[in-house]
Amino acid sequence: MTSGAASRAVPRTALLRQAVELLSSMRFAISLLSFLAVASVIGTILKQNEPYNNYLNQFGQFWFAVFETLSLYAVYNAWWFMLILTFLVTSTSLCVLRNAPKMLAQMRTFKENMREQSFAAFAHRAEFDASGPDVVARVAAGLKQAGFNTKLAVGEVGTMVAAKAGSANRLGYIFAHCGIIIICVGGLLDGDLLLRAQMAFGGKEIVRGNPLISEIPEKSRLAAGNPSFRGNILIPEGGARDFALLNYADGLLLQELPFKIDLKRFVIEHYPTGQPKLFASDVVVTDKDTGKSFEQRIEVNHPLIHKGVAVYQSSFDDGGTHVKLKGFPMSGERDYSFTISGEIGGTTVLTPDSAEKALTLEFTSFRLFNVERVGRGEPEGAVPVMPTLSEKLKQGLGPGTSPGKEKEMRNVGPSIGYKLRDAAGQAREFHNYMLPMFIDGRQVLLAGMRENPNESFRYLRLPIDTDGSLAEFMRFRAAVLDRSLREAASATLARQMLPPDATDTFRRQLAESARRALETFGAKGYQSVAAFIEKGVLEAERERAADIFVRLLNGAAFEAWQLRREKDGQRRLPADDATTRFAQDSLNAMSDSFFYGAPVYLHLNSFDEVKASVFQLTRSPGKNIVYLGSLLLVLGVFAMLYIRERRAWVLVKPDGRVLFAMSALRRGVDDDREFARLRAQLGAQIGAQRGAQSGAEGNGSPGVA
Amino acid sequence: MELAQANYAAPLPLLKRIGLPDWLFAAVLAGGALFALSRYGAFMDGYEKAILVCAVPAIAWLGWFFKPVRVLVVLVAVLSLLAISLYGGSLADAEKTFLLKYFLSSQSAIVWMSALIFFATGSYWLGLLAKSDFAARTGSALTWIAIALGFIGLMVRWYESYLISPDVGHIPVSNLYEVFVLFCLITSLMYLHYERRYATRGLGAFVMLVVSAAVGFLLWYTFERGAHEIQPLVPALQSWWMKIHVPANFVGYGAFSLAAMVGFATLLKSNHENPSRKSLMSVWVAGFALAAALALESIVFRKSGASPYWMAYFALTFAIFGGIVMLRGRIAPQLPALPVLDDLMYRAIAIGFAFFTVATILGALWAAEAWGSYWSWDPKETWALIVWLNYAAWLHMRLIGGVRGVMLAWWALGGLLVTTFAFLGVNIFLSGLHSYGTL
Repeated sequence: MTSGAASRAVPRTALLRQAVELLSSMRFAISLLSFLAVASVIGTILKQNEPYNNYLNQFGQFWFAVFETLSLYAVYNAWWFMLILTFLVTSTSLCVLRNAPKMLAQMRTFKENMREQSFAAFAHRAEFDASGPDVVARVAAGLKQAGFNTKLAVGEVGTMVAAKAGSANRLGYIFAHCGIIIICVGGLLDGDLLLRAQMAFGGKEIVRGNPLISEIPEKSRLAAGNPSFRGNILIPEGGARDFALLNYADGLLLQELPFKIDLKRFVIEHYPTGQPKLFASDVVVTDKDTGKSFEQRIEVNHPLIHKGVAVYQSSFDDGGTHVKLKGFPMSGERDYSFTISGEIGGTTVLTPDSAEKALTLEFTSFRLFNVERVGRGEPEGAVPVMPTLSEKLKQGLGPGTSPGKEKEMRNVGPSIGYKLRDAAGQAREFHNYMLPMFIDGRQVLLAGMRENPNESFRYLRLPIDTDGSLAEFMRFRAAVLDRSLREAASATLARQMLPPDATDTFRRQLAESARRALETFGAKGYQSVAAFIEKGVLEAERERAADIFVRLLNGAAFEAWQLRREKDGQRRLPADDATTRFAQDSLNAMSDSFFYGAPVYLHLNSFDEVKASVFQLTRSPGKNIVYLGSLLLVLGVFAMLYIRERRAWVLVKPDGRVLFAMSALRRGVDDDREFARLRAQLGAQIGAQRGAQSGAEGNGSPGVA
Repeated sequence: MELAQANYAAPLPLLKRIGLPDWLFAAVLAGGALFALSRYGAFMDGYEKAILVCAVPAIAWLGWFFKPVRVLVVLVAVLSLLAISLYGGSLADAEKTFLLKYFLSSQSAIVWMSALIFFATGSYWLGLLAKSDFAARTGSALTWIAIALGFIGLMVRWYESYLISPDVGHIPVSNLYEVFVLFCLITSLMYLHYERRYATRGLGAFVMLVVSAAVGFLLWYTFERGAHEIQPLVPALQSWWMKIHVPANFVGYGAFSLAAMVGFATLLKSNHENPSRKSLMSVWVAGFALAAALALESIVFRKSGASPYWMAYFALTFAIFGGIVMLRGRIAPQLPALPVLDDLMYRAIAIGFAFFTVATILGALWAAEAWGSYWSWDPKETWALIVWLNYAAWLHMRLIGGVRGVMLAWWALGGLLVTTFAFLGVNIFLSGLHSYGTL
């Protein structure tokens, strides 16, 4: 990209010449490099190739349209980005075309015809008075020893020894720039240019929405021979696919494959700390042409390559795990349960009798392993204990691991995710763990809920009874809400609390208060209790009133529970620590459950897991071209930066005077140093140096021994 | 004449310049590699064996080219082996053995490295401000010891990872914490090479500031975030490519950071030689821009709890750079001459660019194998390209445009901002496939 150098080819018009001049100027090259850098930044700030709906939500209608016009959702395939790249390739090609022939010529020539007068123009020059025989031979030998190639030319004024070294530097220029061009061309082949061409000229078009595979029309199907594509496919265990799906803009295309992939098994392994250790798919590949099949394991970093198509382990998913759920009511005073089954990805209709309208149950996810930070509280979001400085310092020393650390991370077992959608289409998401967790000294089941996907789940802690089931909590819940039990429970409580000699009026009043406590709690948990006290009690008395109220509530709830147990044919439980704590936890959970937003809680009872593996499939014809370009680029960069091109001329005149000059393509400190060294060496080999010296070394060249 | 001849003895080809100690060094390296192959060969695949074999000539050449590296390599090897033998196959021994507990276990060694880098920086500054050659020499010595301890720390960490469990074991270049240590080591080592080559200690004070900033981050990352815990490798990282891709990248990052500090020194020096209001302004701007770049983390983390630490870090960074500009009259004469600074900056960027090119290409080759595409426009990749384009432009200006001096110094400083963002900013602000080093 030499600036200012006249072009060799004679341009037809001045305009064309100016254009070529501009395109191959260094200023233009640097501008292009900067443009490319800035343009690239856009794509790192704005997430690329997301579903269009995400952008619509993020920017709103107007800006969505503006950004779409500018192709900001796929910057690196945008026409203007391609234009910058085209300019880069053009400019680089022009530079190479203009400079390469000159450079190749330069590499060959020794410039032995330099005139005597020219010596004066060099910054690096010296003169010697030669003595002894065979000066020319000694000079040539000296230059050779210093790593130069030499050529002799006998002229009128004397014998010229012309020398050069490091000509490969020029090759470096050619290699590096050709490398860039080749990389760009190869990359272009692997971009979506061929796909766009098929859409523009081959009548192909994308399908939008979520069509069934069989419904994808012929014009959205690409033949197995398609030379360049990049697609994805999800295969459930036991399933087989012979196509891939290509996402393009807001739709997709189907790419036929020359073979069929059967997924036998998808394997995930974890380290003890919970991080994933292995993702692998055991597949059987059957060639469509030959009918032959072979088995292979595809892992991350170990793709399968067949018929020019590379199959990579990209991700995994649920392949339709069969689940059986047990449902419990979360509102109303009935205590019952029901079972429901389905598979992940499917939906079913739920008609709990407490809900006025039917809900749609969508099974969204199943996870066999959930590695969570446990022991401190709920999974994630617990406040860490702040260690003291010296403790911290101690943690930072020693080996790069502290034993016992992994105990914090634990697999807490399977979980299920589902959505409940009402008739209006509003959905809440639920995330329930299958197994109880030990949190704050109790066994609880975590039932998570969120109203929109941007929130994190909030978890109910449902207490587990001594049998390890939810039955007792559900009995408790129904008992507290059961109006028919309130009277009797409150009366029993009043009897227990008051001494036998208390008046009937007082007893009735107390019973009435207890009944009201139950009733208030039954409306909306502690929230309605708080509202009730705030409304009915003076501020100064509230704390005491709340205390009494809660004690009555606890007592009455406990009695209601026991009455319910007796009704169910169970024995009364003693009011010991464990039981009262269970009752207290149940009340807390109940209070939270008023905000659960669903009439039922669905517990994962059993499952039959079916995993699915997601593969990325590519055919990239440009890959090897890009690699070739890369190799050239590396060779070129090293040659350009680490091979110094320099020339030396020594004119031996008949009268014994010897002129010496040196030039370097890009003079640096090394060249100053080499000149000084060569000058000294020549002086030693042929004779004393004359007084006139060059000013080159006064230039502050560092004194390095 | 006599003097000139003595000073400029004819250069000998590399093979003639190396003597018996060099051959001995190479022989020891080869012996070590052979031992490793015979003892652990069964655990390596073909590529890993090839990397091990190629490491022998590479390290030997480095030792021949930069002689003190021979001592460094031997020292690191001996002390690492000592640490390994003290461990005796059990992590629990780290608590019982004095040497391990306070010096040779990986974290202890790395914390020592951190402390010594601070001391070295201080010594270099003392040397510069007090014009004390002794202090500057102490700076060099401390830097050497810090590098040795840092490498020992990494080596021992490598071994410790296998003690946790054989399937957890891996080379310590897999996450942000480990590469930060690597960055400190590579940058310091490159600086020491130039210090020797150009026979000037004046730049140590500048270059070691970048390394100190990295250490400041490292310490926070260790003590506040516990990032030093050895983590097993996720499947995408389980590849021999990591062993070459990551170190190559950090030669690039290290060299670019070094060049930026030399660029700052160039601005100071050139303002000193040709004082003007404009150039003084530009020195101030450069100083604060650098401070801002190095304090980037503190700006990012100001809300995240550890604010006193970052406030102090932020204030200190600005105070240091402000102080440098204030004391420019004292500092600038001690700096090497402008042509030397220019040459040094060029050399650093040249080596950085060459390695960064290789690293990016290696990354592309690896990506093709792991992600199914040699180039995905992932934010880290894209920013690597931006860094590459930036220095490509720099080299064009210098080599073809013949631009020199202040302009290039500015460009190199701007390059540090871009490099810092590619190195850290992407991990903090952008997500993508390279999410191993998230903060």
